[in-house]
Amino acid sequence: MTALLQAEALAVGHGRRVVARDIGFALEEGRVLALLGPNGGGKTTLLRTLLGLIAPLAGEVRLSGTPVARLARREVARLLAYVPQASPGGFAYPAREVVAMGRAARLPLLAGPGARDRAAAEAALDRLGIAHLADRPVTELSGGERQLVLIARALAQEARCLVMDEPTASLDFGNQALVLRQVRALATRDGLAVLMTTHHPDHALLVADAAMLLHGGRLEGPMAPAVLVTPDRLRAAYGVEAVVAEVPVPGGTRLVCAPVVT
Amino acid sequence: MSRADSPWRGPLAWTLAVAALLAAMAGALAVGRFPIAPGDLPSILLGARDDVAATVFWNIRAPRVAAAMLVGASLAAAGAAFQGMFRNPLASPDLLGVSAGASLGAVLGIFLGLPVVLVQGMAFAGGIAAVAAVAAIAAAVRGQGDPLLVLILAGIALGALMGAAISLLKVLADPYNQLPAITFWLLGTLSAATRGDMLAAAPAALAGLLVLLLLRWRLNLLTLGEDEARALGVETGRLRAAAVAGATLATAAVTALAGAVGWVGLVVPHMARLLGGPDLRRLIPLSMLLGAAFLLAVDTLARMAGRTELPLGVLTAVLGTPLFLWLLARARSGGGA
Repeated sequence: MTALLQAEALAVGHGRRVVARDIGFALEEGRVLALLGPNGGGKTTLLRTLLGLIAPLAGEVRLSGTPVARLARREVARLLAYVPQASPGGFAYPAREVVAMGRAARLPLLAGPGARDRAAAEAALDRLGIAHLADRPVTELSGGERQLVLIARALAQEARCLVMDEPTASLDFGNQALVLRQVRALATRDGLAVLMTTHHPDHALLVADAAMLLHGGRLEGPMAPAVLVTPDRLRAAYGVEAVVAEVPVPGGTRLVCAPVVT
Repeated sequence: MSRADSPWRGPLAWTLAVAALLAAMAGALAVGRFPIAPGDLPSILLGARDDVAATVFWNIRAPRVAAAMLVGASLAAAGAAFQGMFRNPLASPDLLGVSAGASLGAVLGIFLGLPVVLVQGMAFAGGIAAVAAVAAIAAAVRGQGDPLLVLILAGIALGALMGAAISLLKVLADPYNQLPAITFWLLGTLSAATRGDMLAAAPAALAGLLVLLLLRWRLNLLTLGEDEARALGVETGRLRAAAVAGATLATAAVTALAGAVGWVGLVVPHMARLLGGPDLRRLIPLSMLLGAAFLLAVDTLARMAGRTELPLGVLTAVLGTPLFLWLLARARSGGGA
């Protein structure tokens, strides 16, 4: 099976400055891949390279087997959807219009969304359980709701692979769980491939099938989250002590990662 | 429920904008040195009359009304497109130097004592050349930087240079003949606009407006920022170039016709946004209607206010400043930019 998103011997950075090198991974459908790493470690640079927004300094990114450098923006957008962090501000578009913007890569230059695009937007809002927010201006939504609207926009784009930039950043405890549940369901139920960056090793343990750690210009992994997330690695990457322990949860046990603050 | 999602918002916005334009048209057509009674308008419009009123109407009043509407609609639509695409509520059509370039062209034309038609031609060419130069400079120095910021800074730098050139020409100009003409042109006026001028400016202005109208949904995507728009499949560089070209064409054409009329392109899009929301599909046509109504009202005031006609730029600033501050105060209490 061809991977939906694949990086091979990739070096990323700006101009001549290499931020990270020797990056390699493959992401298949139905899988969630978590990307961990400290701030300034190159997560955002890697994401922008994967999206074809900046050129790789070495190596190659492939979408469904085709090098991203050979694809037009419109073709990239049909294969790979980007979910940015939900930032406050911006223009007060209604949620349904924001989601309909996901259709841009499927519309002719001079056209606006038609009936089919409206239907796709409605379905995406429905899929995430936020149809009731359709007419609300996004500027008036909570952070969690705005994040779900942006995920809905990526679904309306109808790409099989999603790249999410810290989907749980700046969300409260409840909204983090809400968004993570949706991320897992998009992979399991809809068969989408999801690459998400996160600040919480625990989130990788919670929903990811595989995890990677980017720090010091190198990528560790991908490997099973339970194998990657260890106190030693977290100390090396983040400079803090952490414990990884099995805790009972309904229906069994799971690994939990927590920092030690003394 | 917030105000923004009320179902009546769209229809109400259109109704208000069309009503404002019709009211401004009725007022503008009726009043003037030679008053035309509103009751006479139907028969004049049907071509059933051949008197002085009809002559004044068709040769003087109607071309001027059409010119004012064209100027207002063009400046407001260009402003709405620029504010969205540069993600800055303070953007106006002259952001990239079109007004400064047109002004320099016109002032140079007046300074050289050229006939009116050449002054207008130089204004049009100057406006387009200025924006083309800004775009070329921005493309040359861009590198890894934010393309929007480089474009805006190049516009500011070149605008300052052109401002200096205009000042120099004003110093050198004949203070009795040329300087008053230059000053009046820089503040904008339609007092000398003939039917021929209007017909000469209209094709370029309408072509520019058509570009903005056709691209208006896609221009929404530029308001999301460079990375997001490109990730959604938009070739942002080309789309922005097309929109800048359309806005510049329209602005340069009407600036050649009316001079450098400020404030309209900044204030009117804010009024339209308050009325109809930020979606450029609605905002651009709504800005055109409101811009036409606003400039028509201002021009009527300019004709009627004093013994000599007042410059448009003075009136748009006097009316626009309090309006803008009021909009600012409203925006602070919700609704965003």
